[in-house]
Amino acid sequence: MSKSNNIILKGVAASAGVVIGKAFLLDEDELCLIYKEIPKNERASEKKRLDAAVEKTRQELKEIYNKINDVLGENYAHIADAHILILDDPTMRKDVYKLIEDGTNAEYAIFKVIDKIVRSFESIKDDYFKERKVDVQEVGKKILANLLGKQEKSLINLKKSSIVVAHNLTPADTVTIREKLIKGFVIDIGGKTSHTAIMAQGLGIPAVVGLKVASSQIKTGDTIILDGNVGEIILNPSAEILEKYQKDYDRQYEEIKELRKLKNLSIETIDKHSALIFANIDNSGEVSTALNNGAIGIGLYRTEFMYFNRNAMPSEQDHFEEYAKVVKEMSQYPTTIRTVDLGGDKFTKLGLLKLGQEQNPFLGLRAIRLCLKYPDIFISQLKGILRASVFGKVRLMYPMISGIDELRAANKILQSVKQELRKKDVSFDENMEVGAMIEIPSAAVIMDVIAKEVDFVSIGTNDLIQYTLAVDRVNENVANIYDPKHPAVLRLIKQIIDSAHKGKIEVGICGEMAGDPLYTAVLLGFGLDEFSVSASQILKIKKVIRSVSFKEVKEISDKILQCGDKESILKIMSRIQVH
Amino acid sequence: MKEKIIIVSNKMGLHARPAAMLVQTASKYKSSVKIIKDDFVDIDAKSIMGIMSLAARQGSQLKFIADGPDENEVLTELESLFKSNFSE
Repeated sequence: MSKSNNIILKGVAASAGVVIGKAFLLDEDELCLIYKEIPKNERASEKKRLDAAVEKTRQELKEIYNKINDVLGENYAHIADAHILILDDPTMRKDVYKLIEDGTNAEYAIFKVIDKIVRSFESIKDDYFKERKVDVQEVGKKILANLLGKQEKSLINLKKSSIVVAHNLTPADTVTIREKLIKGFVIDIGGKTSHTAIMAQGLGIPAVVGLKVASSQIKTGDTIILDGNVGEIILNPSAEILEKYQKDYDRQYEEIKELRKLKNLSIETIDKHSALIFANIDNSGEVSTALNNGAIGIGLYRTEFMYFNRNAMPSEQDHFEEYAKVVKEMSQYPTTIRTVDLGGDKFTKLGLLKLGQEQNPFLGLRAIRLCLKYPDIFISQLKGILRASVFGKVRLMYPMISGIDELRAANKILQSVKQELRKKDVSFDENMEVGAMIEIPSAAVIMDVIAKEVDFVSIGTNDLIQYTLAVDRVNENVANIYDPKHPAVLRLIKQIIDSAHKGKIEVGICGEMAGDPLYTAVLLGFGLDEFSVSASQILKIKKVIRSVSFKEVKEISDKILQCGDKESILKIMSRIQVH
Repeated sequence: MKEKIIIVSNKMGLHARPAAMLVQTASKYKSSVKIIKDDFVDIDAKSIMGIMSLAARQGSQLKFIADGPDENEVLTELESLFKSNFSE
């Protein structure tokens, strides 16, 4: 067979990193089904054969339930619970028995009945109910596999280190994952926030998703270059391309190996000025990666993930369980949990609120504004956070504070929630610190006022820049105006840091600027206390901090504050001595 | 034979978890229980796939028909399950 080389497939970059490896195809086995007429005297035993396969499937589903329950928690486990009910569905069983009694073999009977049910689901207009057909199909496939005595190919069978290729990964697949054997994921469906993407980021494994047809083009054993940075895979690369990538990969590997050596070293400049480097995370699965990269705290735990991929609002218990996992794993290190920063669109989708389309969602009802308008959403999250606070050091942070009134209103709700918990004898950390994100220019201007009523602040540079420069950075016509080097942005950051310090509170930055080594020295010179960055950037930032002199970077930062244009700022920044 | 009309009042309608609770409740009783929606869909309340295929959203009107020795009890318990909004 002739092999075509260098086929490039483009998808969505779901988890960063470049890997080269052999494919392991997790295919959806097309189970071979043929109709066989069963003689009258064998029909009873054919039924027994079906019963045995159903029983075996029930054992498998129970095992999956337990595994999911252990790894992902009860919320996910109910998927397997629904599968057991489908397996025991009396209507389905009756229809299958009927076909067998009429002389059909068990395999074909199951196939026919499942097919009929799937068709009836397909005609439903409501998307949620329509999608339940997938559950029915999955149960059907499991019964068939047991009838035919076939092993379903699963990740458990993965023996050699490979790049896993699949149409989709189900939560049941993901619990059987053997991290060490998986070099990367290549998945047909999904986007940046899909289940697989989030899991891959958490495990630190490169992934490209949304490739549409990859699983039908790739065969087990094919060589793949997976570039999770740009969202591309190269199938059967030529020797030339392979060599180029191998070099990139080796360099990347060497760089990481060098950085790894810094993991347990102190975060201080050569003249002993120390700073903190925390991690930004989206869910509990990312904590171990953060700690492995030397994070000594979580500076931003975005809780939006709690609201994704679900059909109902997360309950107080859902919040509690997820946060408790993170707080326990961080043990003595602080975990800064930011209350939800979502716009009304997400909640409308969850069927909870009836909000109209907003003309300017970035200036609209989002984050703390939404929480204050609909306190129920806020209260269940606050209760979950407070209850999790007994397991370690939790810091609570409000997003999108524009003035002191919002801060006080949020704190008032917090006080009443605390009072309620005390009455019910529910314990929480009475000394939990409360802080605000500074991401709206008005809050930056009155930093001195805010500092009197919070324990810490963290600057959200992404939004601060956007609101200061009045530029929508996803709008390509103006995106070039978005620049952290704008003198107004740098001066504003310096003012925030100075006012906060005057008010005797610590300042962090959790925006992308904190994770860009280009700005590390300048921000350090401004007196920034805490850099909160994605796990992959921690050691890079540490390297910069450990190689500069605080005295020098302070002088340079002062010079930068005198500049009126980006070019002269960039010129000075490039002169910073890295020792 | 006993009948009762129940309106789905929980926010999410009869999605997976409420449907499962409904099946589990109906299955505890000896009586047969049928659900009729929009006068033509007629399914077994002990069948999870039947219930999910109803695609019953908040506000849907369902007619329950129970037949058997404990027909009153099963309808009473089903009604209180709906009243509790499936503890959503």
